[in-house]
This record gives sequence, structure tokens and C-alpha cells, in this order.
Amino acid sequence: MRLKLVPTETAWDFFRFTKVAIFGSSLAMIASILLFFVVGLNFGIDFRGGTTIRTEAHSEVDVAAYRGALQGLDLGDITITEVFDPSFEADQHVAMINVQAQEGQEAVTPETIAAIEAELQQVDPSITFPSVESVGPTVSGELVRTAIIAVALAITAVLIYIWLRFEWQFSLGAVAALVHDVTLTIGIFSLLQIRFDLAIIAALLTIVGYSLNDTVVVFDRVRENLRKYKKRPLGEVLNLSINETLSRTVMTSVTTLIALISLFVLGGDVIRGFVFAMIWGVIVGTYSSVFVASVVLLRLGVTRDWSKSDNGAGPGPGGGTQFSNVDA
Amino acid sequence: MLNIPLWNRIVIWGLVALGLAFAMPNLFYPRVERHNDAAAAIEAGLSSEEAEADLAAWPSFLPSTLVNLGLDLRGGAHLLAQVNVEDVYVARLDALWPSVRDALRDERETVGTIRRQDSAPGELRVRISQPDGMTSALEAVRTLSRPVSNLTGVGASTLDVRADGDEVVVTLSEAERTATDDRTMRQSVEIVRRRVDEVGTREPTIQRQGQDRILIQVPGIGSAEELKRLIGTTARLTFHPVTGRGGSGLQPESREIVLPDIEDDSLYYRLEQTPVLSGEDLSDAQPAFNQNGQPTVNFTLTTSGSRAFCEYSQNNVGAPFAIVLDEEVLSAPTIREAICGGSGQISGNFTVETSTELAVLLRAGALPAEMTFLEERTVGPELGADSIAAGETAAVVAGIAVLLFMGLSYGLFGLFANVALIVNVVLIFGLLSLIGATLTLPGIAGIVLTIGMAVDANVLIFERIREELKTAKGPSRAIELGYEKARSAIYDANITTFITAVILYMMGSGPVRGFAITLGLGIVTSVFTALFVTRLLIVMWFERRRPKTIEV
Repeated sequence: MRLKLVPTETAWDFFRFTKVAIFGSSLAMIASILLFFVVGLNFGIDFRGGTTIRTEAHSEVDVAAYRGALQGLDLGDITITEVFDPSFEADQHVAMINVQAQEGQEAVTPETIAAIEAELQQVDPSITFPSVESVGPTVSGELVRTAIIAVALAITAVLIYIWLRFEWQFSLGAVAALVHDVTLTIGIFSLLQIRFDLAIIAALLTIVGYSLNDTVVVFDRVRENLRKYKKRPLGEVLNLSINETLSRTVMTSVTTLIALISLFVLGGDVIRGFVFAMIWGVIVGTYSSVFVASVVLLRLGVTRDWSKSDNGAGPGPGGGTQFSNVDA
Repeated sequence: MLNIPLWNRIVIWGLVALGLAFAMPNLFYPRVERHNDAAAAIEAGLSSEEAEADLAAWPSFLPSTLVNLGLDLRGGAHLLAQVNVEDVYVARLDALWPSVRDALRDERETVGTIRRQDSAPGELRVRISQPDGMTSALEAVRTLSRPVSNLTGVGASTLDVRADGDEVVVTLSEAERTATDDRTMRQSVEIVRRRVDEVGTREPTIQRQGQDRILIQVPGIGSAEELKRLIGTTARLTFHPVTGRGGSGLQPESREIVLPDIEDDSLYYRLEQTPVLSGEDLSDAQPAFNQNGQPTVNFTLTTSGSRAFCEYSQNNVGAPFAIVLDEEVLSAPTIREAICGGSGQISGNFTVETSTELAVLLRAGALPAEMTFLEERTVGPELGADSIAAGETAAVVAGIAVLLFMGLSYGLFGLFANVALIVNVVLIFGLLSLIGATLTLPGIAGIVLTIGMAVDANVLIFERIREELKTAKGPSRAIELGYEKARSAIYDANITTFITAVILYMMGSGPVRGFAITLGLGIVTSVFTALFVTRLLIVMWFERRRPKTIEV
């Protein structure tokens, strides 16, 4: 007996939910933007500058005692968070200490680190420091710029590629889905205050890639069906295409989620934020390729070029040129 | 029909076998690593019984390619340093001063007496007593200018010489600054490399980044602090004539400097600015002990350095001279007799470690300019090992879960896809080893993600075959059509993801780049396995069984 997540034949009307989807997505995007501006992202040192020290001790982490010990060093803003992970041993207690970038210094001085370590060792002699990372303000400013450029560049490149392979309406649909996914990810990171660092940018770009993957598969089928059913209205063709690819969409999302969830649970705390972003991205990306990209495409309409003869042959790798020739 | 020519099959299986061969050494990571280290040691002429044993532990006819582990997995230190390239302008102009002086002296008739003025760094100001002779003074100094020796600065000369009242102002030209910066950077990178190599760690990365930065990654070193001490010290050793000593109120006269004693905070020395000898005059430095059993550093001078010091000491018996390291006076002994042996000893308040360290630094040479550290990261080896273990467990669990899921969903075809999935992971490791890429923790995440996404191409094909079967064209036709029609979706979907991987690689650094590499390679291998390996498996099965109906 086969495991079937989606019935073999589906004829669900996805556009019945268009209004709800548009309303929900718009609301979520506005909420995300508000969250971003009101609450803000919990930027890691990559983007803010400063020092992060990971501590590991045999006895319980006493955040108040740690804070008390560091108070005398006059380091400005210090945050201390205890880290929990199922992979830790019973007597493994981990905390992350964030120290803001110090006035007039690039990377933290060896003296400061030595002083912090000495103070903490007084609190707990068993404490060790498995990692110390420090980023100066110059670099963190550049990293922010690079990150923004990277995301913008990725979206633009994809926009151009889809435009060349399909039509500009498809391109806008796909990019609307991408912007939706990226915005919602930033929103959830603002809401949950998960540390936002360089790795999350990598996750964002992966989400862009994944969401696109999904969208492109649906669009590919739309293009094919548009040729096959020349008389049917666009909405019907879109709906048919989504139904036909639904089984694949769900299968791929599920296998990817299986892999990601196992990484989320077992992969350790160092990359948990990164994996969380990707899980979120897969879910949102799957949703957006159906409800955002297609809806935008439906609204924009597609120029069907009837003047060109199309004998309905299967689309070869160059099949997309028929549409890219259209005067957009 | 489903024809795949024999040579095609051979190529496909051959590629899979190659991937397997290059990936396999990673299963025996520690042993192969020791083997490679031993091979390198023996190559360098450092043969030992231990090395021979390590070498023999892995058969030499097998590939010994390994995936490099990134700092976050192996532990080590990462530094991003900015070289203060302007430092060199100052030194360059100081070195130019004697020639400027001589050139102007030759024109004494018209320019009168000359005197160097204090000036902003990067400028050389000389006052002449007869401003009427400015034109000839400028001309005389301009003769010192040379054409810039690089490709971009064609036609440009090294110096900008202008008049400012009764002063001649000399600065380095724009083109010369660029050329100097480039030279400074190359020297700095070289010296950092020598210093890191001196302590002999495995596969350090030392790269120039952008205009004036150096990225240094050293696996296996205890902390970034240790690394900073090693490469952050300028280690500029100079010998100066002493003109006076006193407390903190000591004032330098013209062309003099005042430097503190390294131990005694209240003791300052007044020294002539121009050194008699500098670090470049050393040919060797070794840690040693003096007759009292205190650690010292013994040095040997080059022939020219030895001659210069011999001459100076002959003329200055009874006068003190100072040994200065990075703006601090190590000691200021008095010359008792002419020193012409070409060697000497530096004593100070050394421990065995610091004397060894100083000897290393002196041997490697001084940095041409100071460095500021913009970014530093240390990862302990235990944290790295934990990350690897966690990543491995997650990958194995993810793999098994996906294999089960595929088997349940597609039956026999699912099994084919599973074989392809395993081949896929093997190929990723093979490629990573082959191109010597670095595996980072996000890189492992990339592989796990690939495990999830790699089935996508197969799913696309299988779903298509299912659809084609519905129109009842017979199994072989359905399979063929399934592949044909799914291809455009597979290409489009993977090319777009590949674009993002490429952008990540270009814009990212360190761990992010590691992620981009595994993601990109994963896309290439998963398309290869879906379009070729799975297909070949299906065709081979089909040829044997010739089924009348198939179920996907």
C-alpha cells in the first residue's frame, strides 16, 4: 500500500480562498513590518559589533551572579542568556554572554576578555570558554550592507531569469512571493527575538531559493497548460496546474521538512536559529507559491500570443521563448 | 524507447565510482589525516619512525582526499586584520631625507642653509634660508623622483614636490601611494604567513581581502589572543645612539625621539631618530641563555649590517646605545670596544617563552606597518567536535527518515530514488574532497537540506510518470514522457536555486560560504543523480523485467 499525502486526483478550487489569502498575507506582512520597526530584530554581533562569549560550566548557570561579576568591569550593555539543548550532558551548562562594542575600539582587547574570564572564573571555577567572537563596528557595518545587497541581488537575478524563461507577469508573481516570504521571516524573527546573524541571511537566501523552486514548478506547469488549453480562462488553467503539481509540492515540502526538523532537534544549539528560519521558510514558501505567486499572476493576467502557431508539442528546454518573445 | 547507449552507462557508473573513491577516505578521517601529514613531513625531509608508521597506515594507492573542516568544526582562531598602510609613507619619507638633504646641499649657493621641519605624518618639510632659490630647490628635489614601477601608474612619478612659503614640501604621489600600499600588503601577508608557519599548524588560511585587510584563519590554535600576539606584534628591532636619559618629562630635540624603558616605567631615553641598525640587518635569531642562566636572544647580522655596526662601535666606544623593540627600549648597554664579530645578544626580562617568541618574530621579519584587528573569533575544539557529532546524528536521522518516506510513497521507484539519494550524498562528499572545499556547520546544514531537496527532481519525474500512466500509453512510453516533460521544470527550479547559491558564495564569508558550496554542489549532484542515475536504474530494471504495468 502506498503512502499518499494527497489524493491522486484533486480538483480543489484554490482561488476560492483568494480573498482570505490576500487578506491574511497582507495582514501578516503589515504585522511583520510593524514588528520590525517597533520591536526590531535581535541583531547578533555580526551586524551590531561587540563580543559574544560562550561559557560552559559543570554547575547551574546563575545569570544574576554572572551579571554581578561583570558589573564592575564597566563594559556597558551586557546580555546573558542561558542555552538549553537536548544534546547537552547532565552537567553541561551553557550560557552566551553578549558585550556591546566598546567605544573607540575595533575588536575587543585581550585585556577585556582576560578580565571577563577571570571574573567569571571567580563565580564558577569549573567554567570554560569554548568560543569567543568579536566583531568591530567597521566590519559589522559592512556586513549589514553586504547582506542587504546579497538579498536584493538574489531577488533581482531571479526576477531576470524568470522573465527570460517565462513572461514578466510570472516574474512579478514569483518576486511577490519572495518578498512575502522574506518579510514574514523577518517578522517572526522580530516577534520571537531569535538572534539574527550572518547565518540567518544565508537561511533567507535559501528560503528565496526554495520558495522559487516551488513557484517555478507551478509556473512551468501553467505555461504548459496554457498551450494545451488555449480556450480555458486563466484562472481555471492556474487552478488546474496547482492541482496537478500539488502532490509534488507536498512531497518535496515534507521530505525537506523531515530533514530540517531532524536538524532542528538534533543538530545542536549553534545552528538552531538558522534551521528555524529555514523550516519557517519552507512552510511559508510552499504557501506563497500557491497563494501569493499564483494570485498575483491571475491578477496581472497573461498575454497569450495566439498569432504564433503552437502545435501543442511538449515543451523542450527552449519552450519558454514563445512567451518571452511577447512584447511586454 | 528507453535506450541508453553503453558508453553513457559507463560514464554514469564511472562518475559514481569516482565520487565514491574520493569520498571514501572521509570515513577514516583521523587515519587519512595522519597519513597526509606524515606524507607532507617526509616530503619536507622530516622523516621519523612515527611519520613512516602513519604513512603506512593508509595504502598509498587509495585516494587520500579529505574534506577540510572549517574553524567552527575543528576549532581554531579567525582574525581579520587591517594594515595601517599609511605607516609606511612615514618611513619612506624618513628614508628619503638624507638624499633630499644631499641634493639641496649641492645647491647651497642658491638655496642657502636648509633645515628639516616637523610636519604632519606623510609629509617631509624642509625650510630653506633663501626663498629666492625655491625654483632650483624644487628642481633639485624633483630629480629624486623616479617613475612609479607598476602597470597602472604609467607616466606617474613617485614624489610630489611643491613649495609652501619658504618650505619645500615632499609627499608621495597618488600612484606611488597605491604602489606602496600594494607592496606593503604583499609584505604583510608574507610575513604573517612566515610567522604562522613558524609555529607549524595545519593548513592556515592567510588571504588578502580588499584594499588593506588580511584574513587569517588558523585551525587548532588555542585562541585568537595567542594568534594576535604572534602576528599582531610589529617586531621592529632597531639600534639607536642614546643622547640622554631621564624621567617622563624628557623632551626630544630635533630629529630625536623619546622612548620608555620596557621595565622601568619612570625611565625614559632620548635617542637619535635614525637607527644604526634595524631588523633587516639580522640574518638569524635564536633563543639562548646568558652566563647567568637568563633567557636571551642571540642574533647574527648580515654582512652589511655587521660592517655598519663595526664601524659605528669603533667610533663610539664608551657611548651607550639602545636596543629598541616596537617603541620600547629593551636595554641600553655601553659600547666597551668595537664589535665586529657580526653577532650579539639581546637580554631583557625574558622568560623562556618570550625569548623563543621574540626569536621567531625576529627571524620572520618585522611587519612593514601596524595592524588593527577588526574581527576575531575563537572556537574551542570541543565545541567543534560537539557540532560535528550533532550534525552527523541529524544527517543520519534525516537520511533514514527521508529514505523511509520515499520508499513508502513510491515503492520500488522510491527505492531507486533512495539509491540515488545515497549516491548524491557520496558525490557531494567526493566533490568537496576533490576541490578541497571547507565544510562548515552551516555546510552540514546545507547537506541535510540537500537530502531533503534532492528527492525533488525525482518526485517531479515520478509524479509526471504517474500522470502519464493515467493516459494509458504503456509503461515504457510513460516513463519516457515523464522524464521528458519533467525536465524543463527540473532545470528551471534548480537553476534559480543555483543562482542564489552562487550569490551566497560571492557575498558570503566563512561559514556562510561553506553553506553556499554544499548547497550549490548539492544542486548539481541531485540533478545529475535524478536525470542519470535514477533513470539508468529504472531502465536497467525495465530491461530485465519488461513489466506490462508499472506502479509508481
